[in-house]
Amino acid sequence: MSTETKPDIDIDRSVGDFRYEMDYAFDAGVGLTEATIDYISDVKGDPDWVRAFRKEGYRKFLEKPMPTHWATKDLESIVFENIRYYLSQGQVPKRTWDEVPDDIKRTFERLGIPEQERKFLSGVEAQFDSEAAYSNIKAAVGEQGVIFVGSSEGLKEHPEIFKKWFGKVIPSGDNKFSALNSAVFSGGSFIYVPPGVKVKHPLQAYFRINAQNFGQFERTLIIVDEGAELTYMEGCTAPKFETATLHSAVVELVAMKGAKIQYITVQNWSSNVFNLVTKRGIAHEDAEVKWIDCNIGSRLTMKYPGVVMKGKGARGEVVSIALAGDGQHQDTGAKMIHAADNTTSNIISKSISLGTGRATYRGMVHVPKHLKGCKNNTECDALLINSHSRTDTYPAISVRGQGNAVQHEASVSQISAEQIFYMQQRGLSEAAAMSLAVNGFVNDLVQQFPMEYSVELKRLIDLEMEGSVG
Amino acid sequence: MSITTTSPAETGNSTNWPEWFSNDQNGAWELFQSLPQPKRNDEPWRFANLKALDLSDFHLAVPIQDAASLITRSLAHTNLAAKLIFANEVLIHNDQSGLPSGVLLLPLEEAAKNHEELFRKSFMTSDVRLGSKKFAALHRAHLRSGAFVYVPQGVVIEQPIEIWHWVEGENATIFPHTLIVLEEGASATVVDHFVSSRDERSLAIAVNDLTVGTNAKLHYVGVQEWSDKATAFHINTTEVEKEGVSTALQMNLGGAYVRGESDSHLLGEGSRSVMLSINPATGNREIDQRTFQDHFAPRATSDLLYHNALADSSRTIFAGLIKVEEHAHETDAYQKVRNLMLSDEAEANSMPGLEILADNVRCTHGATSGELNEDELFYMMARGIGPKQAAQLIVRGFFGTVLERLENEELQAHLGEILDKKLSTSE
Repeated sequence: MSTETKPDIDIDRSVGDFRYEMDYAFDAGVGLTEATIDYISDVKGDPDWVRAFRKEGYRKFLEKPMPTHWATKDLESIVFENIRYYLSQGQVPKRTWDEVPDDIKRTFERLGIPEQERKFLSGVEAQFDSEAAYSNIKAAVGEQGVIFVGSSEGLKEHPEIFKKWFGKVIPSGDNKFSALNSAVFSGGSFIYVPPGVKVKHPLQAYFRINAQNFGQFERTLIIVDEGAELTYMEGCTAPKFETATLHSAVVELVAMKGAKIQYITVQNWSSNVFNLVTKRGIAHEDAEVKWIDCNIGSRLTMKYPGVVMKGKGARGEVVSIALAGDGQHQDTGAKMIHAADNTTSNIISKSISLGTGRATYRGMVHVPKHLKGCKNNTECDALLINSHSRTDTYPAISVRGQGNAVQHEASVSQISAEQIFYMQQRGLSEAAAMSLAVNGFVNDLVQQFPMEYSVELKRLIDLEMEGSVG
Repeated sequence: MSITTTSPAETGNSTNWPEWFSNDQNGAWELFQSLPQPKRNDEPWRFANLKALDLSDFHLAVPIQDAASLITRSLAHTNLAAKLIFANEVLIHNDQSGLPSGVLLLPLEEAAKNHEELFRKSFMTSDVRLGSKKFAALHRAHLRSGAFVYVPQGVVIEQPIEIWHWVEGENATIFPHTLIVLEEGASATVVDHFVSSRDERSLAIAVNDLTVGTNAKLHYVGVQEWSDKATAFHINTTEVEKEGVSTALQMNLGGAYVRGESDSHLLGEGSRSVMLSINPATGNREIDQRTFQDHFAPRATSDLLYHNALADSSRTIFAGLIKVEEHAHETDAYQKVRNLMLSDEAEANSMPGLEILADNVRCTHGATSGELNEDELFYMMARGIGPKQAAQLIVRGFFGTVLERLENEELQAHLGEILDKKLSTSE
């Protein structure tokens, strides 16, 4: 098999690569100062405690250094003064598709959102730059007491549930970017599922960046009460701009006793988006939090979904697929914090690096003192396609005391020449054989996605592989 | 004389060395002073107990009084090619009757004087890049002696060379150094023993440079038996040329805070580096090990196996990196750390890492933490073995799998005895 392959890969992002000229009614301007935060709070009509929370976040953001002592120096390319922190046409999302402004409607229709909703979703929220443009939940689901609204609406309409958990799973000072999000957050979902309610079909959110130099900072809080179940899916796209764009979300999940949350992300930002996201869930007794995370787009993604297993018998799981193409760096992983007896966590990560792409796995597994019966299993497999590709694995595992079992395994390999040769003998082109082999590598994980997504994923992987062998 | 405030010019040490090396020591002293003390957020010191790095109350060791008793206590492996004994960095015993001709076994200062070119070519030539650059500079600034082993082309030394480094005195500091050069096709086994003469608090900043030439074969063992109050740094650099093989084992049997850094450079095609470590951690001991398997050439192999058994309130840190540089195609690299947890108060931290910049490679790493196998314990207890002894047998077996990787049965047996003695006294 030739190892010297064509490094330039033409990635097809035509699905998301379009934008409309918008007249934004609300624009916080360029750069970030206290005045920007006041502007956002004024426009959104924040209660005082939220304004104070934002200011505290801003202070922490200024205090915290860039984490370049362990993360890539590419973070230094983000120019915070050049970013626009808030842009919207209005703060109240539309409930019916007809009310959505034409340009925004066209955007989401091109991306197939209303169609998807009709097909199989329980509810959809679509965020356009800073605010949700559209939010709808099926009547039957609403009647069960499920709340699915934007985060701004959530904090105003349901303060008793919202305030209890907001910023508790991920404190604003967790890292520089969660602090930034706390200062300027806007949009994102708030979901509450009452005890015992099993939401049959997934809820979905769709995130769209339309404006150049814009930073999207959505904030999602999901609370699934005792014995309830929820699947949530999010997708992200942006057109390709001349300059870099920043997406920095915070997602907090709370699974009460015996609850189950499955959170699925398919990230396909255009290749100049810095995607720096903090995601963490708390799993109470016998609860389960599962992150299914697929990263295909962006210039740099840094995202390590975590689960704090706070109650006995809680389970945490991260399933991660990353595809790093030319010029991309997918820095992904998982954090598992065991905080009670008999908690179990599982991390499966598969990454593919092609062209000049770089895939990094960072993991943290923590078993503190005096716990019994905790188990963690971590498997990381990396596939390198070209000689210029790069892959890294940096796990950190801390175990205190006996009575727990923790194991980590990682391997790096390439597609075997025999496999390719075998397929070529049977009439497949080298590129087709390669694509098939890559799909085989991730297939067992792709199957964990809902069908619509797994079909889409396979198609995306095929597209990315096109022209990767010469 | 405090080691952190006394300059080399004030120690009178320069009379030992040629002038060029004294100048070199002054430069190292300046470097030591200019480099910052490790801080909490420094990645190479993640999880480490930074309090142990305050070296301000250690002083330079003074010559010992009773050399004879230390010579008797340097119990040797039965068949030796040579034996050197240093006590507080003074050579007190030198027997090289079993060495083949052409081999150089000298105190370092003599090598610097009479074999300057050889010395310069391999003495601390690589950048110290796993965190202890500051402490390596201090070593270089205050170095008084050490062992220089040079094996010329094609010479095979059948029996081991044993080098003893004794420290004596409360808060005394020594800077042990072993420099080994194997020329093309040469072969040697070198065992370094690091020992405290009494149960005292002391400091050792030890450095070894291992250079393994084309087709050469080196076995290197460091048996560390500092007192349980000691602080120690063991900084290693290994360079392996084409088809050369280096097998290095670190046994950490003593110390309060032990920092080990092992940096292997696979420079030649088909070279091989085996990195092993045996760490029975007891009491409050902290064993902090950082390793690097750096593949510069194609078709090289590196294989790391570290076993930690953690009793009492001990702590271990393992941070290892396999790096496959561009063009180092067809690399085979393995890294495995296993933690056997014997106590509820013990803590094991593992950070196995991979950075792969070439393709067509086979790299795996693994880290496990687990406890004594209940079935094995039950099996032995059912046959009348007490629980304590059964646990000890399992731990011995756990370390045995590392010892077996040495391709020298006599050495295996000898080290096994040292280990048995340690395990049976640490109950």
